[in-house]
Amino acid sequence: MTHLPRIGRRSFLLGLSALAMSANARLAVAATAGTSQAEDGRLVVVILRGAMDGMAVLAPYGDARYRELRGPIALPEPGQEGGLLDCGGFFGLHPRLANLHGYYREGAVLPIHAVAGPYRNRSHFEAQDMMESGAPERLTSGWLNRALESLPNVPSDRPEVGLAVGLDLPLLMRGPRRVGMWAPPRPVRPPPDLYARMAETLHADPLLGPAVLEGLRGRGYASSVLMEEPQRGGGFMALAASAGTLLAAPHGPRVAALEIGGWDTHADQPRRLEPVLGQLDDGLAAMRAQLGEVWDRTAILVMTEFGRTARVNGNNGTDHGTGGAAFLLGGVVRGGRVLADWPGLSEDRLFEKRDLQPTRDLRAIAKGLLRDHLRLPASAIAAAFPGSSGVDAEDGLLRS
Amino acid sequence: MDSRPIQAAIRFGLGPRPDQPLPADPIAWLDTQIEGADTPPVPAGLTAPPAIADGYRIWLELEAAGQPGPGQANPIEQNFQIEAIAALARRIDTAMPYRERLVEFWANHFTVSKRGGYPVSTVIGPYMREAIRPHVTGRFEDLLLAVFKHPAMLGYLNQASSIGPNSPAGRRSGRGLNENLAREILELHTVSPAAEYTQDDVTAFARLLTGWSYERKKEPFGTVFRQSSHEPGTKMVMGRRFEEGEEATEEALRFLANHASTHRFLATKLARHFIADDPPATVTGRIEGILRDTGGDLRAVAAALPRMPEAWAPPLSKLRSPVDYVTASYRACGASGEAVGRLAFRGCSSLNQPYWTALQPNGWPDRAVDWLGPEPMMQRLDWAYDAAGRITRLEPMMILDTALGPLAPDTTRDAVRRAGSPRDAIAMILASAEFQRR
Repeated sequence: MTHLPRIGRRSFLLGLSALAMSANARLAVAATAGTSQAEDGRLVVVILRGAMDGMAVLAPYGDARYRELRGPIALPEPGQEGGLLDCGGFFGLHPRLANLHGYYREGAVLPIHAVAGPYRNRSHFEAQDMMESGAPERLTSGWLNRALESLPNVPSDRPEVGLAVGLDLPLLMRGPRRVGMWAPPRPVRPPPDLYARMAETLHADPLLGPAVLEGLRGRGYASSVLMEEPQRGGGFMALAASAGTLLAAPHGPRVAALEIGGWDTHADQPRRLEPVLGQLDDGLAAMRAQLGEVWDRTAILVMTEFGRTARVNGNNGTDHGTGGAAFLLGGVVRGGRVLADWPGLSEDRLFEKRDLQPTRDLRAIAKGLLRDHLRLPASAIAAAFPGSSGVDAEDGLLRS
Repeated sequence: MDSRPIQAAIRFGLGPRPDQPLPADPIAWLDTQIEGADTPPVPAGLTAPPAIADGYRIWLELEAAGQPGPGQANPIEQNFQIEAIAALARRIDTAMPYRERLVEFWANHFTVSKRGGYPVSTVIGPYMREAIRPHVTGRFEDLLLAVFKHPAMLGYLNQASSIGPNSPAGRRSGRGLNENLAREILELHTVSPAAEYTQDDVTAFARLLTGWSYERKKEPFGTVFRQSSHEPGTKMVMGRRFEEGEEATEEALRFLANHASTHRFLATKLARHFIADDPPATVTGRIEGILRDTGGDLRAVAAALPRMPEAWAPPLSKLRSPVDYVTASYRACGASGEAVGRLAFRGCSSLNQPYWTALQPNGWPDRAVDWLGPEPMMQRLDWAYDAAGRITRLEPMMILDTALGPLAPDTTRDAVRRAGSPRDAIAMILASAEFQRR
């Protein structure tokens, strides 16, 4: 408890100073002098907050235990109505990821499965902090910020070389290096799912409960269908499109981070997952469209803090788990295949008899990108991921 | 677990801060805050708080330069915001939140608002520092006098333009009474309509108050008594006779301040603010008795309120006003400084309680029903999410423990634990029914 105020105040001020810059980020990006073409690769990190269910978005339909564990939330096999989008005969993408599947077939998407950071407990907040700090402990800076420190040929007066897109400056981008921020200039409202949770906790209050229900109704949310309310294109799609525009500017940021919430699917998973998957898929497509030819120099890492239970729970949902999935996409990526050492789903192969066993370290993927895409020296990569000398950079992520 | 320490911080304070340990002895903690001297907040970037003359100087400069065009900043508005932001930052930082609550209560009782225009917005900072703060633990009659004699109040309720019709100035100009301040002192500040005063009382009181004005263009800046505008002759106010002249004002205000109806009226407002929307008669009766027996000693009242058993049960029975809600939110997250004062200033506006900008002289309402409504409720949820987005790197469960401790029910605790991101979790805390209450 005693350490909290210091860290809190510091983080708070960091956030403010970054916000103060955000309004100027677009102009600053356009106005600064650039680096040479050869060193102009772009790295985008998309954080999926809430623990995306890797087994739902990249289903191992070829595993004999898949249907047994997943029961009512298992998806039909490829070729059937509403079926998975096949990725090589064993894994299939969720059908709402049609854009992503199209890029996969082009060879520009590399799905990664049974992957996790070093963290083995199941707290969102600890897991997100460790995923972003790039260490097996909580740090006050993120690996992407520390990596920026070593990026060659970047003038120190260009904070917008690193860009956080959205209202929050994620830990991933916090640290010694000043970064730019860009947020859409419009009121921020909670997504419908969060409204619904707020309404749930307020429901019992005799004064506030009725007021919030009436307020939701007044805003056009029918309380009974709130969960079904599709998330309107707004949030992530606008952010992703903006990120693409900013990155595609002649001398735009080298590195950008953005995030999308809504992945914590404890109940009604199929219904809750579909809209966020749609936002992710549409958003990534919007980003690609905005990137234009810069797509060919771009790698996008889509990652989440941990996976979910292998078994469906009693509410058609899944609980916090361990091994999950990530995506790497972009013009530089050697995709069109699934990167996985599949551990299998038999009881003795599950982590603690409940979660997908991680067989690959998320840090190895990130290290591979820093080494082969941003061309950082080994010392810089070690500084970005302290305490990970046993985790080697993944080879062969990119087209040679 | 003893919940009284956190209840004290919520009910009588402005919500706990992570860097301010809860008091072991809540009553002693509250007593300490009403004993010490008051130190008014100094706005960021200044070495001393602006004085009345400083506000008027800005006004004169603006008049000389002409009104700012579209897109240009108005220096009076800027000055107002600097003061308001400093005051909000102080509320968020303070280790003496009970005193700040008392300041807010009495400032609201004696509302002056930016809506009163430049006569108020140029000197509202000095009003809070000079008229309100020094007296919130003093005697009510001294508070009333300080408020009456401050140019912010004389300007807000038009006293400066009230002229005795039979005074030399009145005869010369043909101008007459403005009974606004006289009426509001009776209705809002002292005896209240329950005292059944008449229009004749209002008029007579207005005559009695003539002459009080303020000087904004030359020395001495601030309040003046202009004998030439003062209505001659004796006046009868609520059955009591007052002579002509400056001293009679003080006499009349002390008479009203110590009227039994005033004690009853103040007791009800205090009990409503600190204890319950509809306070039990036993509580108002006790406060009324203290006011009567001590001659309006506000420190005695401030000491007595937390000693009433009714103040502790049930906990969290009052709804936080938007200003208190915003304040408590930033306090729970450990934020501090001028930058957060600025955010709070905007937050109060977006939640429809713009700081120091009450709609009417009766100030902001003090019951849950006055703040509750479907859209205001939604605005709180929206604001909570926005605010949480700016402070997401605090550990949500620690914020919850700081803000509510044992008063957080398991349902809220579970909902926060299960939130998908720190931002969602913090938004859930701030949106929770418990956090919205005090």
